[in-house]
Amino acid sequence: MIASSTLSKLKSIVGQDNFFDSPEYKLVYSYDGTPLLSQLPVAIVRPQLKEQISSIVQLANNERFAIVPRGSGSGLSGGSIPTEDSIVLLTNHWNKILEVDQRNLAAWVEPGVITAQLQAEVESLGLFYPPDPGSAAISTLGGNVAENAGGLRGLKYGVTKNYILGMEVVLPNGDVVLLGGKSVKDVAGYNLKDFLIGSEGTLGIYTKILLKLIPKPEDSSTMLVFFDRLTDAAESVSDIIASRITPAVLEFLDNTTIRCVEDYAHLKLPTAIEALLLIEVDGHPLVIKEDVDKIAVLCKKHHALEIKIAHDTEEAAKLRSARKVAFSALARVRPTTILEDVTVPRSEIVSMLDKIQFIAKKHSLQFGNFGHAGDGNLHPTCLTDERDISEIHQAEKAFDEIFTEAVLLGGAITGEHGVGLAKRQFLEKLTPSPAIEMMRQIKKVLDPNAVLNPGKIFSLKPHCEGPMPKNPEQIKKYLDAGAFT
Amino acid sequence: MMMAEGKKSGFRGINIPSDELLNNCIHCGLCLPTCPTYSLTGLEKSSPRGRIRIIKGVAEGTLSISREFVYEMNFCLDCQACETSCPAGIKYGSLVEAARAQIYQEKYEGRLAHYSKKILLGWLFESHGRLKRAARILRLIQTSYIQSLIGIGKEFRVFPRKISNSNSLAPKISKSYSSDTLHESITPNIHSRYKVILLTGCVMDVAFADINEDTVQLLLHHGCEVIVPREQQCCGSLQAHNGDIASARRLAQHNTELFSRYDFDYIVMNSAGCGAYMKEYGEIFRDDTRFAEKANSISKRVRDLTEFLNDTGFHPALNRNENPFFGKKVTYHDACHLVHAQHISEQPRKLIKSIAGIEYIELRESTWCCGSAGIYNITHYNDSMQILRRKIDNIKQAGPDIVITGNPGCLIQILHGLNQEKMHIELLHTATFLRRACGV
Ligand SMILES: Cc1cc2nc3c(=O)[nH]c(=O)nc-3n(C[C@H](O)[C@H](O)[C@H](O)COP(=O)(O)OP(=O)(O)OC[C@H]3O[C@@H](n4cnc5c(N)ncnc54)[C@H](O)[C@@H]3O)c2cc1C
Ligand code: SF4
Ligand code: SF4
Repeated sequence: MIASSTLSKLKSIVGQDNFFDSPEYKLVYSYDGTPLLSQLPVAIVRPQLKEQISSIVQLANNERFAIVPRGSGSGLSGGSIPTEDSIVLLTNHWNKILEVDQRNLAAWVEPGVITAQLQAEVESLGLFYPPDPGSAAISTLGGNVAENAGGLRGLKYGVTKNYILGMEVVLPNGDVVLLGGKSVKDVAGYNLKDFLIGSEGTLGIYTKILLKLIPKPEDSSTMLVFFDRLTDAAESVSDIIASRITPAVLEFLDNTTIRCVEDYAHLKLPTAIEALLLIEVDGHPLVIKEDVDKIAVLCKKHHALEIKIAHDTEEAAKLRSARKVAFSALARVRPTTILEDVTVPRSEIVSMLDKIQFIAKKHSLQFGNFGHAGDGNLHPTCLTDERDISEIHQAEKAFDEIFTEAVLLGGAITGEHGVGLAKRQFLEKLTPSPAIEMMRQIKKVLDPNAVLNPGKIFSLKPHCEGPMPKNPEQIKKYLDAGAFT
Repeated sequence: MMMAEGKKSGFRGINIPSDELLNNCIHCGLCLPTCPTYSLTGLEKSSPRGRIRIIKGVAEGTLSISREFVYEMNFCLDCQACETSCPAGIKYGSLVEAARAQIYQEKYEGRLAHYSKKILLGWLFESHGRLKRAARILRLIQTSYIQSLIGIGKEFRVFPRKISNSNSLAPKISKSYSSDTLHESITPNIHSRYKVILLTGCVMDVAFADINEDTVQLLLHHGCEVIVPREQQCCGSLQAHNGDIASARRLAQHNTELFSRYDFDYIVMNSAGCGAYMKEYGEIFRDDTRFAEKANSISKRVRDLTEFLNDTGFHPALNRNENPFFGKKVTYHDACHLVHAQHISEQPRKLIKSIAGIEYIELRESTWCCGSAGIYNITHYNDSMQILRRKIDNIKQAGPDIVITGNPGCLIQILHGLNQEKMHIELLHTATFLRRACGV
């Protein structure tokens, strides 16, 4: 419960026009991109000034309610889904690119700027911002920083954290601080800026972000390679990297995904093959030519069935579309699509995929796999229907097993989507307890009243939040389906 | 229907959105950046994902049909850009139309809006004869000097206050209507390859009779025998988009019966909304065992003019020197109900580019709605003008001599924008451009 007097105070901080609590508003801010999870907030606020954010955070400390920052709500781990007694704080309307500094190759942006818009803007100036999550058309940079988002170009260019020079942030006590800056080197004290990257809205609310830019690569070349056997594809990947070539993009699709893509987009892909690789190299035209030739030789050595190389940008776009539509193609098969995210060391990709296949069969589930072969980041995607409670329960079991296998193989339970609500139980189960304890301690010191996005990443002690449903009827269907076992 | 415990669905009667439609959205958010209303407000409830969620809320009985709900349903342009961008293949148009039908049926909108719609769409547009008579009066006002004295008359004065500043948004009524001037059957001079019915349309007929004439000439040039059934009525799309499903069905039934009496290969039209809607006739009567097959057989033969010409191998066959567009910079605006509802975008471009001697340039955000959206520019004047602004800015940036588009609503809207900005750019329907380019 948030007292109505508290809500009135909130209203007076942001103004009538920026405070919403109708049933419609609450419903549309009860979810993000994460399947299966949702919860209504008590209210939604749209602050216009950082001072307002600061006052809201102070009020939350005094009157004990929770604040859930939200960008575009495309997150896949439930980061911006409300928790109990929380308000949603919108930042997507803070959408100005404040400065592109071409001399220092840096850009100050507001947190609500859409990733793709920033990219288009800097590319028109011959500059480049490499992180490109699949959701770049809608994700905000604030959301990217909070989730430390990755993307297709991770292998060569790294992820969001490699491109953050600084930020202005409202801390859990309401203080506003500026961390980092345009100088590339800075070792004055703890590296607080990096500490806030990937904090999923639990340690601060970004109000400005300073991005690092690089010169735009001169040219690029795109190729699509088909393989009869998955192992051949995987060995090609290892060989490419072992021979000191770092493609900008090195993506793979498995057979189920290829068949769904073909069904949906009719790209004339062979549907019997076990894997395809999308490879893109960029840089100086002469080097590109050399790299493409070398890659082709390596793939042939590993029995590539066919190698398609694009001759112009139009063809390149066509080849790329095989990977680009993968998610759409899978999403159409069943009403609910659970896009997951695990990483393993590159050398373990084949074992991981074998395990996923085994687990899927065991639980009679349909899985499509695709992902960033270059950096070992896989997206096992379960095609299901949230109305079928027993199937969803099977899916949950399957994911539990998949995450466990990933950790056993030396990987992580999430490569880029974050922990949020969706994976906190796995984090607790699969991370060494001193590490978890350290995270908890940090959160407790910085945010003693748990006002910023509480219950995300790890549940706050006591472990079981909120009362159990009192009416056994409410949970009967879940119990019948074997839940809580 | 999945219902929340003990809740009753807020939808009843005809056209309840199906469970299948409602549950297809995986709330990924990829549709948000393509939605013009979301880009205006930045608020989730005016996004496709938000609207789907509140429609689902009403269907499940957790929300009631409130003023806010009605507002959001009507604020939507029904441009269907969200359908194009949706990875899950959501049928958003069907959902919002179902919601509007509920609003209309239960008179949730307030009397004035409800009865205005009822009169305008249900009564006036439902009988083409009536529409023509009304249009005659309107033309009298538009051309007479009474207008300059009292400053009215250029617009349909149905929602008087709202549209007082939308002067040039009412279609300029033609001197004579194509449904009167065109013969019922017109045969080409060359060997006839196809028999096509021309849908003269309601707005097209009274306000763009010359474009219908251009269309006929192109079809003849392409070797078509053109049939113009006299008793054809409005296709029903305007009514359906505004929730008056009953009138829409009546019109669809009438046209289906009428066209079924003819022997023809295709029904061709030059208005995007009509094409999109007539392609759904089969779906509309899906559950009507007696009628479904007939309606389906009509739907299957519906073609947009550009779709038909391109897919049946249209050759411009022009003489370079006679091409009045030689050396001109030409661009194309995608009408929503062509590109998003019918997935027609390649065909018109191919046809335009087939005209030798022009320089074709792509319009940035060519698939972004111009804000016309049926009667949206009358019911939501201010929002519509903001959306138009973006279109006009993009046109300015492209700097063409000619803008081409394939829909009457877009012509009226973009012309309004160009006039406001005093931009001297020629605006043509694809049919007009092709006819003049071919010199037929
Ligand atoms: C189809 C699809 C493809 C995707 N592909 C990728 C991919 O390839 N790589 C990848 O990494 N992710 C991917 N994602 C996940 C998601 O898009 C990213 O996590 C993205 O960074 C979320 O941005 P958002 O603006 O939507 O943030 P939201 O979902 O709104 O929020 C995400 C988190 O950020 C916090 N937050 C938001 N704004 C602020 C702020 N100003 N200050 C502090 N905290 C804030 C929120 O509290 C929340 O915890 C994909 C998602 C979809 C739906
Ligand atoms: S139809 Fe157009 S305006 Fe309506 S929700 Fe979809 S994209 Fe937005
Ligand atoms: S793109 Fe489709 S599935 Fe995704 S939120 Fe929009 S309507 Fe739903």
